Amino acid sequence: MLHVGLIHFLIISAFLFSFGIYGIVTRKNAVMVLMGIELILNSANINFVAFSRYGNFGLGGQVIALFVIILAAAEAAIALAIVLNIYKTFANVNVDEIDHLKE
Amino acid sequence: MDFYDIIFYLFAVITLASAFVVVTTRNIIYSAFSLLFTFFGVAGIYVLLGADFIAVVQIMVYVGGILILLLFGVMLTNKITTVEIRTGTANVLPASIAVGILAGSIVTVMMWTDWKSKPGEIPITTTKALGSLLINDYVLIFELLGILLLIALIGAASIARREKE
Repeated sequence: MLHVGLIHFLIISAFLFSFGIYGIVTRKNAVMVLMGIELILNSANINFVAFSRYGNFGLGGQVIALFVIILAAAEAAIALAIVLNIYKTFANVNVDEIDHLKE
Repeated sequence: MDFYDIIFYLFAVITLASAFVVVTTRNIIYSAFSLLFTFFGVAGIYVLLGADFIAVVQIMVYVGGILILLLFGVMLTNKITTVEIRTGTANVLPASIAVGILAGSIVTVMMWTDWKSKPGEIPITTTKALGSLLINDYVLIFELLGILLLIALIGAASIARREKE
């Protein structure tokens, strides 16, 4: 069990995913929510690369991990632009106070 | 327990401990800098998995790009001069219970599954093979992602632009 195998990488990825979910659910600041999303994307990437190594079907998993990194970069750029606009409009970025669509 | 295992546990501890700090500390700046260690730890795990190119891309894109963007987001949306740098939390207790159950169930499923896995041999370098995969098998996704990055660039610039008064 101490010898590192596929399951160790999967467990690390599962805990990173859980931390990401916890960050998204409990934080109020929109930038912190973004950090949670980055943690989740990283955990998915660890799974892709781990299965690419241990599943024995070539480098396909690593290519998909590359695509996920690209998507994360695009997502961070767009999301931070939106966060800056929210700050300009509401003067804070707490996601629980920005509920004007409710009224 | 050989050298590989020791390195693995080192990176695992770095990654998980700094990820825990990211989601629990109340200071956003501390969170952002712990995220740096998380990204480095994940890059080390990629190296242990034999994915050298992905590890370098991880450091370049995440640490060099996304983390800087996040830090700019923190700096631009908080009052640095006052003590408003802290972030509020909500639903801590229910979230802890739910996330604990989630993590427990995921880990249980992963432990109980009989993975048909055998450790392939670590290739010396993956860059050439990745490059040929990108322009042969995955060329359509590759081009689409290029267009997507262009759209994201234009969109982000146009959203964040300051309107003329």
